Amino acid sequence: VGKSTVDEEVLDELEEILITADVGVDTTLKVIKRIEERVARDKYLNTSELDVILREEIAGLLEENRSVDQETAFTLPEDKKPYVIMVVGVNGVGKTTTIGKLAHQFKAAGKSVVLGAADTFRAAAVDQLILWAERVDVPVISHGMHADPASVAFDTVKKAVDMHADVVIVDTAGRLHTKVNLMNELSKIKRVMQKFIPDAPHDVMLVLDGSTGQNAFVQAKEFTKATEITSLAITKLDGTAKGGVVIGISDQFKIPVKYIGVGEKVSDLQVFNRKAFVEALFQKK
Amino acid sequence: MFDNLSYKLDRAFKTLKGTGKITEINVASTVKEIRRALIDADVNYKVAKEVTDTIKQEALGRDVLIAVSPGQLLVKITQEELTKLMGGKKEDINLQGDPAVVLISGLQGSGKTTFSGKLAGQLKKQGRQVLLVACDIYRPAAIDQLKVLGEQIGVEVYAEPENKNALEIASRAIAHAKKTGKKTVIVDTAGRLAVDEQMMQEIEALKKALNPSETLFVVDSMTGQDAVNTAKTFDERLDFDGVVLTKLDGDTRGGAAISIRHVVNKPIKFISTGEKMENIDAFHPDRMAQRILGM
Ligand SMILES: Nc1nc2c(ncn2[C@@H]2O[C@H](COP(=O)(O)OP(=O)(O)OP(=O)(O)O)[C@@H](O)[C@H]2O)c(=O)[nH]1
Ligand SMILES: Nc1nc2c(ncn2[C@@H]2O[C@H](COP(=O)(O)OP(=O)(O)OP(=O)(O)O)[C@@H](O)[C@H]2O)c(=O)[nH]1
Ligand SMILES: [K+]
Ligand SMILES: [Mg+2]
Ligand SMILES: [Mg+2]
Repeated sequence: VGKSTVDEEVLDELEEILITADVGVDTTLKVIKRIEERVARDKYLNTSELDVILREEIAGLLEENRSVDQETAFTLPEDKKPYVIMVVGVNGVGKTTTIGKLAHQFKAAGKSVVLGAADTFRAAAVDQLILWAERVDVPVISHGMHADPASVAFDTVKKAVDMHADVVIVDTAGRLHTKVNLMNELSKIKRVMQKFIPDAPHDVMLVLDGSTGQNAFVQAKEFTKATEITSLAITKLDGTAKGGVVIGISDQFKIPVKYIGVGEKVSDLQVFNRKAFVEALFQKK
Repeated sequence: MFDNLSYKLDRAFKTLKGTGKITEINVASTVKEIRRALIDADVNYKVAKEVTDTIKQEALGRDVLIAVSPGQLLVKITQEELTKLMGGKKEDINLQGDPAVVLISGLQGSGKTTFSGKLAGQLKKQGRQVLLVACDIYRPAAIDQLKVLGEQIGVEVYAEPENKNALEIASRAIAHAKKTGKKTVIVDTAGRLAVDEQMMQEIEALKKALNPSETLFVVDSMTGQDAVNTAKTFDERLDFDGVVLTKLDGDTRGGAAISIRHVVNKPIKFISTGEKMENIDAFHPDRMAQRILGM
C-alpha cells in the first residue's frame, strides 16, 4: 500500500489482496466495511495507520489457541490422561502427516504417545501411519486394512490406558463432507471411544489444506455438525497459498487454529500465531 | 446458487427498469454480481474481472436490457462464455509412442496416485497393455499405495523401493515396458510445491528424459485462488498437455478450472469423481460451467 491517504484505490487494492488470499467475499467486505468506518471517523487516517488497523481487524477475527507459545503448546491437562485427539478432514489435506509431526512434538515435550490407524480404507494408509510411527518412534495400534475403524479407535484408546500413555492420536480416512455414511462413521468412531473414556475425544482436529478455497467453509460446517470440531490445523502453508479462508471460518465457528503445516518433514509443524499469519497474508512470495 | 444468482440479477434489473435508468453503467453494476458469484466459486480475482468484462460486452451486444428476463439471459450468456473459455469441446489424451509415456504431476495430495491407477484401469479396459511406475520416492508408503491400486485393477507396478533416483527408476521402467510388451507407461510422481526448486528440477528432468506423449497436471478441484500460481509455474517448467480435475464428487464449485484454463490455456482432459478406480470421467466444459454457476 504505497499511498499516503486511504481512498477508493487503496481499498480496492486491499480487496484484491484479501480475495487472492482466499479470505472470501463476505469476510473481505466485512473487513473493508470496518476500515471504511474507521476512515470516516478518523478523517486523517494515513496508510501506515491503515496497515496497523487492518492487521488488528483481521487478527480480531481469528480465534487463537490459548496456549500460544511453543513452550506450553504441548503440555496437557493433568486430569485428562490419556488426552485423546481425533483427526478428521477431507481427502489428501495432510491428516496423517500432521499426526506424524504432532507425535514428534508431543514426544519431544516428554509425553508418551500412541497412534491409532483408523484409516483402514485408503490404499496403504495403515502402512503410511506405521512408517510415521517408526520415524518418530512411537507405538501404533492397527488392525490392518479394511478393519472396522471404530473398533481400531476403541482398541487404541483401551491400549493407551493400559500403557499409561499421555496422548492418543487417532487417524481417520479422508472423506468428503457430502458423504453421509462416511460422516456418520465419524460420529460412530467418536461414540465408541466415549464408551471407554466418557469425555473423549478431548480434541477433534479438523485439518484444512491451506490451498483450499471457499469449500473449506462448508467443510468446517459439516465436520462440525458431525463431530463438533474443537481445533483446526492448516497445512501446506510452505507454498504460495495463504490459507485466508480460515479467517472467516474461525470467526464464524469460533474454532481456534492450533497448528500450521509448513512442509513434509517431521519438524515442519508450527504452533499457530495469528500475528505471523496475518503478516504473511500481506507478504508477496 | 443459480436461482440465487439469476434472482439477484432479475431483481437488480427490475429496480433499474423501475427507475427508467437502464444504461451501460447499470449493466456494469449487475455484472458485478456475476463477478462475485465467480469469486465465491473460487475463480481467481483477476481472471473473474477479465471474464466479466467479456460477459459485459457480450451482454450489451445482445440487448440484455430489453429482454423479458434480463437476469436469466445474463446468466445464460455467462454460462456460454464460461463453457467457451474452458475449451468448448472435449479433448483426448495423446498416447502415441512405443511405449507411450504419461507423466503425472501436481501438488501434494491432489490425487495423482489415485488418478494414475484410474487411468491405467481405464486404458486396460480399452485393451492396452499398461505399466504403472512408482516414482514417488519420498512420501511414506507411496509405493505400497500404488501397488495396492495396481493389484485392484490388475496392472503391473514397476518400483525400486531402495532406489532414491526417480530418473533412474523411470528409465529402467521404460526398458522393462519395452521388454514385456507394454504399450503405455504411466509414471506417478511425488507431490511438489511450485516453489520447491529442487523438486521442480526433478520433474523437469523426468520430462526431458522420458519425452512423454502426455504430461498431465493433476489439481484438486477445491483449490482456491492459488491455482493460477501453481498452474503457471508447472506449465512454465513442464509445458504440460492437459489438466486432471479431482475430487469433483464433493460440492466444490471448482472455479479453479476457469482460472487454470485462462492462465495456461491447456485443456482439462479428465475428471476424478471418487476414490474408487472406476471414478474417472471425461471433462465436459458445459457441465463444469453450470456447476461453477451452481446450476
Ligand atoms: N508441502 C507440504 N506438504 C504437506 C504438508 N502436510 C502434508 N503434506 C503432504 O500432503 C500429502 C498428503 O498428506 P497426507 O498426510 O497423506 O494427507 P491425508 O489427509 O492423511 O490424506 P488421506 O488420508 O488420503 O485423506 C503428502 O504428500 C504429504 O507429504 C505440508 O504442510 N506442506
Ligand atoms: N473423494 C475423492 N477422493 C479422491 C479423489 N481422487 C483422490 N482422492 C483421495 O484423495 C487423497 C489423496 O489422493 P492421492 O492419490 O494419494 O494423492 P497424491 O496426489 O498422489 O498425493 P501425494 O502423492 O501425497 O502428493 C486420497 O485419500 C484419495 O483416496 C476423488 O476424485 N474424489
Ligand atoms: K489438496
Ligand atoms: Mg491419511
Ligand atoms: Mg501420490
